[in-house]
Amino acid sequence: MTFTLSAESEKIVDELLTRYPQKRAACLPLLHLCQRQEGWVSPDVVAYVAQRLSLATSEVQGVVTFYTMYHQQPVAPNVVWVCRTLSCDLRGGRELQKHLEKRFGCGLNGTSQDGKFTLKSAECLAACGQAPMVQINDEYHENLSIESLDKIVDEIAAETVVTARQNPTNGKS
Amino acid sequence: MPDFPIILSNRYKVPQSWTLRAIESLGAYEMARKAFTELEPAAIAAEVKDANIRGRGGAGFPAGVKWGFLPKDSKVAPYLVINADEGEPGTFKDRTIMERDPHRLIEGCLMTMRAIGANVCYIYVRCELVTSIKRLESAIEEARQKGYVGERPFGVEHTAQIYVHMGAGAYICGEETALLNSLEGQRGEPRLKPPFPAVKGAFGAPTIVNNVETIASVPDIVRMGGKAWSAQSRLPRDGGTRLYGVSGHVKKPGVYEAPVGLTMRELIYDLGGGMLHADRPLKAVIPGGSSTPVLRPGDIVHAPEDNHPLHPWHGKSHIDVPMGVDTYRALGTMLGTCCAIVMDSSTNMVDVACNLMHFYSHESCGQCTPCREGTGWLHDVLKNLVTGKGRPEDVDLLVDVANNMMGNTICAFADGTAMPMLGFLQKFREEFIEAGRRGVPAHTLGASARALGALGGMA
Repeated sequence: MTFTLSAESEKIVDELLTRYPQKRAACLPLLHLCQRQEGWVSPDVVAYVAQRLSLATSEVQGVVTFYTMYHQQPVAPNVVWVCRTLSCDLRGGRELQKHLEKRFGCGLNGTSQDGKFTLKSAECLAACGQAPMVQINDEYHENLSIESLDKIVDEIAAETVVTARQNPTNGKS
Repeated sequence: MPDFPIILSNRYKVPQSWTLRAIESLGAYEMARKAFTELEPAAIAAEVKDANIRGRGGAGFPAGVKWGFLPKDSKVAPYLVINADEGEPGTFKDRTIMERDPHRLIEGCLMTMRAIGANVCYIYVRCELVTSIKRLESAIEEARQKGYVGERPFGVEHTAQIYVHMGAGAYICGEETALLNSLEGQRGEPRLKPPFPAVKGAFGAPTIVNNVETIASVPDIVRMGGKAWSAQSRLPRDGGTRLYGVSGHVKKPGVYEAPVGLTMRELIYDLGGGMLHADRPLKAVIPGGSSTPVLRPGDIVHAPEDNHPLHPWHGKSHIDVPMGVDTYRALGTMLGTCCAIVMDSSTNMVDVACNLMHFYSHESCGQCTPCREGTGWLHDVLKNLVTGKGRPEDVDLLVDVANNMMGNTICAFADGTAMPMLGFLQKFREEFIEAGRRGVPAHTLGASARALGALGGMA
């Protein structure tokens, strides 16, 4: 199955290309757009981006593997990034990560038993004054305790419906 | 709390301060209008030079001098690129500008584009900063609709387009040439210099890369006059006020504006509200992001010679030396991003070093062997020490690895890893040897700050 962007997103791409003197410069924003639609950067997405920007797929693949925010495997509908760097670690970030591993029943880069959350660790997210913190999808959650984090995760879990297609644990051991 | 003049952050507390409507009557874009309709470009650059503003991204290079490196005879217009890839561990100041007052940054971009003759400005923001990106984009759109950004800003023939360009998660893209590669859609690997970006930068054109805070200061520099703005500082050749960050074991972590030349003691005990736990005194502080070597409060300045840059502070504690680019360099560390990480007596320095070397080994771009291998080895050896699998001799191994990274790579990343590593080893050597004998007690870091409520804040 080949990947295509929605008509609405294609318009954004057309505008993006006017911003730069070279087509290639749209590579990062275009990958972001595709990931937002597809949930991850699949091989089909790589092929689409390469074709759209007149690049070799290997060039696009090289970009994808360089940056941590492009998911190279399917992820759950919610991605939880726990900041592990020093300022958060000094204020209990490590305990938050251990707690989430226990709660989700998975390790880092794994997905929770219910398929709703993928757990990742992040390097400094520039929220050191509000440590410890986690990023869930687009939102920063700061000044956390285990209790306040649990409450946030409870709320998101209640709003999340996992479809068979979304569940990255589907069909895997 | 001390009463410092608030200049750069003076609109932070206005409700909805990120919208033009909220700050229009507070002088927003007045200086950009003046820059386009009244001032000669050279006059703007001259004010910035007079302001003695040292780059706020960490290297501390004078911004006015940097602009002067653009070739005078270039046939293509230069680009302005704003480095908003804030990612140095411990650093969280630029984010406050983008979230609380994005229009101040945009106004600074417009004025800088006028000063250097640029027609396009890219603001390279790390993609994790979703709120910053949203507010910047909507602020640019507001400025476009007003006619400030676009083909004829303030009715003047000087195209000035501003675009937000999202990164994708790579600390190294804060290095200016890696940032340019990333902007061009490539892997964010630093480039060999020369040519420097001012000569050959984005898309092969002359390019000025400046930090968010540096450019957001330009409107106030022009409004007050470079000399008057510079005089806000307590130090010579390092002007103005700046944003200080403080995090870790303090009562009031956050971002605070204060004159250049504040002491670390003032930052921790006045602005930061003092140590978090009354019974746990200050053990060490990383002054300006994780790449800057650690300071100890018990270390005393020894500078008896009259001509020594630290002579005025001879006999005082390191944390009583004013925080400036030159004073901190003379102390053997760096001012960096001016965002301090404070650690109390419960902190184990081997654990701290291991945390940070994990960061560097994850973030090394892998282009140069000494850095790719060195960061990995430093982290591996430290992991052994932390888990009780190390040996006392590992201390010398760490020194050896760090020494072989310094100066042997394309960019400053390896030096920014080796310098703090050597700082920890020099100042806490016994602690590393002890870890080689017995390991490190479990949960040293987190145990010191369990169950904290909503203590964090922002100035």
